[in-house]
Amino acid sequence: MIIELGHFALILALAVAMLQAGLSLAGAARRDLNLMTAGRLAALAQFALIALAFATLVHAYFISDFSVANVAENSSTAKPLLYKLTSVWGNHEGSMVLWVLILALYGAAVAWFGDAMPPRLCARVLGVMALISLGFLLFILLTSNPFLRLSPAPENGMGLNPILQDPGLAFHPPFLYLGYVGNAVAFAFAVAALIDGRVDAAWARWVRPWTLASWCCLTLGIAMGSWWAYYTLGWGGWWFWDPVENASLMPWLAGTALVHSAIVVERRDTLKSWTILLAILTFSLSLVGTFLVRSGVLTSVHAFALDPRRGVFILVLLFIAIGGSLALYAWRAPALEPGGVFAPISREGALLLNNLILASCCATVFIGTLYPLFLDAIGGPKLSVGYPFFDRTFVPLMIPLLIAIGIGPLLAWKRGDFLGALQRLWAAFAAVIVAMLIAFYLSHGGPVLSVLGIGLAAWMGIAALVEFADRLHLFRAPWAEVLRRALAQPRASYGMTLAHFGLAVTVAGIAASGFQQQRIALVHLGEALPVAGYTLRFDGIGKHEGMNYTADRAEFTLLSGQRVVAQLAPERRFFPLQQQTVSKTAIHTNFLADFYLALGDPDGKGGWAVRAYWKPLVPFIWIGGVIMAFGGAVSLSDRRWRVGVAARRVAKTALPASRSRA
Amino acid sequence: MIRALAAAAILVGLVHVAFAVEPSEMLSNPTLEARAEAIGRQLRCLVCQNESIEDSGADLAHDLRVLIRERLKAGDTDAQAVKYVVDRYGDFVLLKPPVEPATYVLWFSPFAILAIGAAGAWLYLRRRPVPPDEPLDLNQRRKLERLLLDDQ
Repeated sequence: MIIELGHFALILALAVAMLQAGLSLAGAARRDLNLMTAGRLAALAQFALIALAFATLVHAYFISDFSVANVAENSSTAKPLLYKLTSVWGNHEGSMVLWVLILALYGAAVAWFGDAMPPRLCARVLGVMALISLGFLLFILLTSNPFLRLSPAPENGMGLNPILQDPGLAFHPPFLYLGYVGNAVAFAFAVAALIDGRVDAAWARWVRPWTLASWCCLTLGIAMGSWWAYYTLGWGGWWFWDPVENASLMPWLAGTALVHSAIVVERRDTLKSWTILLAILTFSLSLVGTFLVRSGVLTSVHAFALDPRRGVFILVLLFIAIGGSLALYAWRAPALEPGGVFAPISREGALLLNNLILASCCATVFIGTLYPLFLDAIGGPKLSVGYPFFDRTFVPLMIPLLIAIGIGPLLAWKRGDFLGALQRLWAAFAAVIVAMLIAFYLSHGGPVLSVLGIGLAAWMGIAALVEFADRLHLFRAPWAEVLRRALAQPRASYGMTLAHFGLAVTVAGIAASGFQQQRIALVHLGEALPVAGYTLRFDGIGKHEGMNYTADRAEFTLLSGQRVVAQLAPERRFFPLQQQTVSKTAIHTNFLADFYLALGDPDGKGGWAVRAYWKPLVPFIWIGGVIMAFGGAVSLSDRRWRVGVAARRVAKTALPASRSRA
Repeated sequence: MIRALAAAAILVGLVHVAFAVEPSEMLSNPTLEARAEAIGRQLRCLVCQNESIEDSGADLAHDLRVLIRERLKAGDTDAQAVKYVVDRYGDFVLLKPPVEPATYVLWFSPFAILAIGAAGAWLYLRRRPVPPDEPLDLNQRRKLERLLLDDQ
């Protein structure tokens, strides 16, 4: 009965979404405040209804109601409670409900904070978001309904794929979706601006918090996914350029570009048309990602042809959303007034370079991901596009950006002083040399590319700090003055420094992966294995019972000389329900390096296969991701973007903005 | 990523998710083993998403690893060993797609896009020279204020 209530709530949400689209768009067109207010209420109602539907689904998983087909297919009774609940989005249908729930959440947030915006802009944004919601609610109800019953109900469910039963993965999808779907808000703002025919600094100010919020979530989501791959797969790989990863990387690259170009619109009232296009593309790439992941087209073009209903539906949605918005763009964008001009060497110029490179990188990932599908579809040869392709295209494209990131923030708006910026970066140049010498010495002349990569990371990190120190007049002014300046800095500038520094940390982690040392061997009880200057002693092996698995658990001691560094207990877990074995790695970290140990198969004669790795700086990859996301959050907390401030600010900014246009 | 890995896991799972290279497969000659590993890194495990056979735990990857090592022991050069596998499984097995007419678009478009974008950005910047920052004169200022008032 409860699940039917959820089903009904979702159908009702569909009707409310229709109402929201109609009321908001008609209200905006007719400047009717009552209609627009009703549209905002509809957005809140839509969220409440979808939240109710989602809650009933969570409830069905909570009580393991196997008369619900979706629960029977994806859950089982013998499973920790956490994984019963996360099973809700561990499958196609449930994850789509989460998708619309998050979309409705963003819609409700826009409606809630709508007072700060011009009512017509708010109404158009809500109208466009309701249309997107409409499409996806129809998709769920017509092709992917999780509320269907199963009769007779089975004794037990089929369980969740063991590989998904992991805390890191439990929260990976919600963050990813918060990122993906958040881009819908920027998209809606872009479409609203096109309908209105006007983009100005105030518009950029309203759209930026939403873009930043979704960027932060996407950053965390991607970092979580890659961390999970790292500790799960048993050899420490963390990125595979696999199409599903690429599907999340593309909106991230486009979204990063958007966060930067929105600054130019806000501060200098230029690059407007491009920013609108970028907002459209970012969400389009989120939709393409959803299509790639959900249609089955990735497993094979032919698998897609076998059950084309879902794929075709998303494809049609894709055409309407992307085609429609791009057509609107082609029609209306020329009407946008061009903004202020600037010299190539300037802050705007640096941000333009950022956008140029990020867009090219994004296009590279797009082509690398879709080209094999395209070639297969037209009957060409079957191809794989793996890491060697991206190493030769994406990486060289990215390097100029990573160098420029150090210089750009030091350039003034409109016309910058390039040589002056380089002079101020002498400390960063020194850091590059020192870092490369240290890396070279510690790795005994390790791989050249890794040493260069460490140099690049040092450049980025120190340049970010130099720029910040510069703004505080550190070492130039008395301490009281520096402190006063530090307190007066807007949060957004702290955010930028943190995000850029975080990227440097991540780059260091990636570069250092070339220094890793590995040892794959068969060990017997009591044996000691030397790995990267450590000794790994095999102390014992035993059986261990989990809630829904049995495991072989090995006991190892990690020694540095005679000193015990850590006890490591890698496992091989066998899940009888799925007849699947999963490796549970043991990792000892001191945040500068990981010692990574995975247990393999026994040889039947008392020997066990083990893979042991020493991975210097590898934790930096995810620590950097967290710092980046934190930087975004700090920037988001900036007073200037707090809702309501923008509206009051318009009056002030209008004058200088118009002057630069005149 | 979840989906792909899950799909891979399902394909692989029923046989065994062990891991990658096993000690029993490794060659005793370290030079030969290093060559085999380098080749293995270039070859894709056919049932996984973009994992090389050196890193994959699938049975098929195991077979290919053993095959490569046998070819090297038999005296094949690296190129011959790769060709042996490609002849049987096609270009699909190569993680690095070959550069040939069918893949020109793939290989060259990233740089072509950057070049086109850079040209576009250059034209955009060259559009107009930077005008000097002159303050508005009294007439312009009055006009502006009138316009702003009209707007409200």
